[in-house]
Amino acid sequence: MADALLQIDGLTKRFGGVVASDEIVLSVPAGELHAIIGPNGAGKTTLIGQLTGEIAPDAGRIQFEGRDITALPIHTRSRLGLARSFQITSLFLDFTVLDNVALAVQAHAGHSFHFWRDARSDPALREPARAALQRVGLTQRADVLVANLSHGEHRQLEIAMALATKPCMLLLDEPMAGMGPEESARMVKLLHELKREVTLLLIEHDMEAVFALADKITVLVYGRVIASGEPAAIRVNPEVRRAYLGEQEAVSSHG
Amino acid sequence: MLLFIEQCLNGLQFGLLLFMLAAGLTLVFGIMDLVNLAHGSLYMIGAYFAATFAAMTGSFVLGGLLALGATLLVGMMVEVIALRRLYGRDHLDHVLATFGLILFFNELVRAVWGPAGLNLSLPAWLNTSFPILPGVHYPTYRLSIIVVALVVALLLYLVVMRTRVGMLIRAGASNREMVGALGVNIKLLYTLVFGLGAALAGLAGLMQAPILTVQIGMGENILILAFVVIIIGGIGSIRGAFVAAVLVGLIDTVGRAFLIDLLRLGLSGAAASTAGPALSSMLIYLVMAVVLVVRPEGLFPVSGK
Amino acid sequence: MIALLTPRNFVVAALLAILVLIPVYAHSTGNFFLVTLFTRIIILAMAAVSLNLIMGYGGMVSFGHAAYLGVGGYLVGILAYEGYSSGFVQWPLALLVSALFAFVIGALCLRTRGVYFIMITLAFAQMIYYVGVSLSRYGADDGLTIYNRSQFAGLLNLSNRTFFYYLCFALLLGTVYLTWRLVNSRFGLLIQGARSNDRRMRAIGFPTYRYRLACFVIAGTICGLSGVLLANHTEFVSPAMMHWTKSGDLIVMVVLGGMGSLFGPVIGSIALLVLEEALPPIMNVIGGLVAGSAGARVGEYWQMVLGPMLLLVVLFARGGIDGILSNWSGFVQGVREGFANLRAGVGNLFASARRG
Repeated sequence: MADALLQIDGLTKRFGGVVASDEIVLSVPAGELHAIIGPNGAGKTTLIGQLTGEIAPDAGRIQFEGRDITALPIHTRSRLGLARSFQITSLFLDFTVLDNVALAVQAHAGHSFHFWRDARSDPALREPARAALQRVGLTQRADVLVANLSHGEHRQLEIAMALATKPCMLLLDEPMAGMGPEESARMVKLLHELKREVTLLLIEHDMEAVFALADKITVLVYGRVIASGEPAAIRVNPEVRRAYLGEQEAVSSHG
Repeated sequence: MLLFIEQCLNGLQFGLLLFMLAAGLTLVFGIMDLVNLAHGSLYMIGAYFAATFAAMTGSFVLGGLLALGATLLVGMMVEVIALRRLYGRDHLDHVLATFGLILFFNELVRAVWGPAGLNLSLPAWLNTSFPILPGVHYPTYRLSIIVVALVVALLLYLVVMRTRVGMLIRAGASNREMVGALGVNIKLLYTLVFGLGAALAGLAGLMQAPILTVQIGMGENILILAFVVIIIGGIGSIRGAFVAAVLVGLIDTVGRAFLIDLLRLGLSGAAASTAGPALSSMLIYLVMAVVLVVRPEGLFPVSGK
Repeated sequence: MIALLTPRNFVVAALLAILVLIPVYAHSTGNFFLVTLFTRIIILAMAAVSLNLIMGYGGMVSFGHAAYLGVGGYLVGILAYEGYSSGFVQWPLALLVSALFAFVIGALCLRTRGVYFIMITLAFAQMIYYVGVSLSRYGADDGLTIYNRSQFAGLLNLSNRTFFYYLCFALLLGTVYLTWRLVNSRFGLLIQGARSNDRRMRAIGFPTYRYRLACFVIAGTICGLSGVLLANHTEFVSPAMMHWTKSGDLIVMVVLGGMGSLFGPVIGSIALLVLEEALPPIMNVIGGLVAGSAGARVGEYWQMVLGPMLLLVVLFARGGIDGILSNWSGFVQGVREGFANLRAGVGNLFASARRG
């Protein structure tokens, strides 16, 4: 508890009459891969929104590396090492793949009040960008316009951009959404490799992936944490089975 | 004191006129997500039609009704011919396209009616004054504008809140695809809504015509004020438009009338006379700036969406 | 090198060559009106280039950019009126004040985005216009005459039309070059990224507000310089140069020429002039053929054609002239397809008429 990289206490958010986040308590130590699962409408997106700073909580506190970040703006949190990938593709469509990642590098390379030098030939930006692309396996697509990439490649690019900001913690919002079995397997392999370098908070529906990767799982239902623990314990938890896994097993399919 | 009351009423009247204009704008923007810069052109056309029809029929009221119908038709034609393709596109595209329409309409009006403006004089029975308080007289016509505008506001409220069509309008505002999927003829709905907006603009134009001259470009000056109203009130909110419009009308009218005198209290006569006019024209924009700093979403922001 | 010989580059080079040679042509034919005309085009092209910076590259559609023409111009006019004709005082002050205006207005407007932003820039521009109208000491509505162009202690003679032309042209080229360097720098990529996806920019750690504000100020300052040049050129300033329709003209130049391209605004500025000069006679001829002597004066209402033209550009040629030139084969293809669709549509109409 004392050494948690990310500490969430009593996080609450209401939209009109709907309680999207209900006194959420969560603790993620460094090096862990923590998965958050829950049926649709459980408030997972709202939780991510509050963690990144897009949504202001009504109550509660978020601490990152021991520092209270509850009121910090979005870009400051990113600067502190909290990166995210987006569930619905949110990239720079009219730029190339390499340009996209280079922008992420630039964001963490000091200020950008540089008006003269050509940024596309700046090795300080391009080298780390290429390294990140290599990590996710997109090197051969570096000069392709993002608008022309496949969906799976978009997801890979999302991870590359998040990685390029050299984060301590990565919030992944359904990285495997809409992927076929082959692409999912590749993503699981990538996430497995990333585990060693970066703390991961993963929101996913893909149960096979979740149980293959996660060190800890938290289950959200209607904004409340109904269970949190090791995968084996979650698997047999009756409440969880009832609320979520029961439906999931019936509808279990990929992509 | 009497002057103050008169100016307040003038401000109210101006504000209600602004409301009619802003309501049309905000309806179209809220439901079709369309930014229509040419809204002011419809205001202008309403005024021109009214002057023409009143001269032709000899009746102010008949001319006004015909003008209303004509503006409604023009609005719907514009929607069908030009604006349909713009739905779903970038707002910049709307701005550019409707700016093109402004150029077109200004020139069309100039070609048909000539560069000099028109005059619309009030019939004798309206050109009187009405005793609103013992000993206090106020122009009947301006009073009738206030009454008509309030009736229109009430009708708008009833239609949008209490009828099936209004429900479709509100539903369309929050979820376009869904309403379309329900089998409602979206194209027709949009054309009607745009026509309604055009009619409101035309009504504002023809009512204002006897007070200000009818001339080319009259639409644009007041359009910008309508935008200010919407910004202060909150885009998409008719209630916000109402409150903001009355506020803007009052501040602008009363401000212009009394600002120089207020300034004279603190500054020298010469300074007040120089700064006065400049400040009074800036007044509304200063208010808008303050709102932007304190509450960028407007006073009554429409949540959701 | 061969890759540079695209139709677009060819047209741009040709246009630049023409611009360089205008004074030469004017001297040989004695037609100095051309120099005056094209000086104005060049100055407005510079203003359009500055607008393109925030609009085309930055995605900030300002409907109040002409206000800075007025600020720069009035600074020169007011200082000249009060006895300060030295360019060394006027010009830096004009740039400073333009930057200040842009800073305050931008700081407020950039708190909004999208259509709100457009409306608010329009409102502020109108406000500045009304301030100009109320400056009774400086001519109010009627404007202010400038009796001496900016003096540079004999070093530069702005009253020499040919010299002034080339000075403006040099400044235009300088502005284009500056824009080129700017948009490819870190700052420029940030601005373009913010246009493409501002939410993502902040998510990866960019505090985009301050950079967009800086861009807005840069654009406003350059436009202020255009205003300074315009004031010197016409030797007259009036609130009309700040009217929102002037901002509309600038927007038309940028969009018609090609938004987000380096030379688009220059092409657009020339194109708008060409339309202004060429449409009326063409319309007169067509009108005369169709409606006799009554129709032969139709050209006066050329803006009635410009309006729908703008609409068509927005609907079908979004990239402007630059876009058409850059994708010439695509454009030709599109026109062919358009005609084919038209023929098919007409054919269907007749077929169903025959049936029904």
